[in-house]
Amino acid sequence: MKATKEQADEYKRLVMRRSPRPAILRNALWAFGVGGTICAVGQFFLNLALLGGLPLTEAVPLVAGVMIAIGAALTGLGVYDRIGKRAGMGAALPITGFANSIASAAMEFRREGLLLGVGARLFTIAGPVIVYALAAGLVVALIRMLVSGPAGS
Amino acid sequence: MTLMSFVLAFVVGGLICVLAQLTLDLGTNLTPAHVMVLFVVLGAVASGLGLYEPLIEFAGAGASVPLPAFGHALVKGMLKGAAEKGLSGLLAGGLTGTALGLTVAILAGLAMALVARPKG
Repeated sequence: MKATKEQADEYKRLVMRRSPRPAILRNALWAFGVGGTICAVGQFFLNLALLGGLPLTEAVPLVAGVMIAIGAALTGLGVYDRIGKRAGMGAALPITGFANSIASAAMEFRREGLLLGVGARLFTIAGPVIVYALAAGLVVALIRMLVSGPAGS
Repeated sequence: MTLMSFVLAFVVGGLICVLAQLTLDLGTNLTPAHVMVLFVVLGAVASGLGLYEPLIEFAGAGASVPLPAFGHALVKGMLKGAAEKGLSGLLAGGLTGTALGLTVAILAGLAMALVARPKG
């Protein structure tokens, strides 16, 4: 049976919708929009801290703490995981996503108890991040000191 | 509170997230956790090359909020500690520089487990 023009067009649309390239583009756009928005919110708090007279080096960790608290709270409200489904790394890569990985694991494993559930599983995703960041950080710091002297800057 | 600071934070932060998303989508057998670890390590390397602090000065939260900043903060803390106290400073400096964030993250996670229930 020969396909009608409508059927052919419908098929083309289906292929367009299913093929991976637009999905990659769409994922990238979502990551950009959501990741950028989270950083812009962070910039609001950074500007506040700078206006309050803090130097940049003290304002940055403070803002990280604020964003982490917000990320954990939004996870508790069930909002963050809904954003994350669409935004992918746009929600996972900002520091709020790090907080989300801890809070969501803690909430999920509550049923396994406070000690071995919450206390241990809290680090399901954050653990590897901290372990390899520390290892890589130490290697980088040592190399940097070898190259430019112990003062490091 | 200049508009420009928000634009820079949005664009640079968004681009870093896009790089992570492309890594996730184009890489094979990668989970978001893999990409998070990879980008934290990349942040540490960029810090060692002297690139990350200028990026924070340029883009503010656009560079300090994405996770590579965690790797950068570790390296920065280690180098600062080493300059002040030698070996003990090197070993303690990484977590000293990131202690605020880690403490808030762990305690906020615990608090959420106590007061909230997972949805769905």
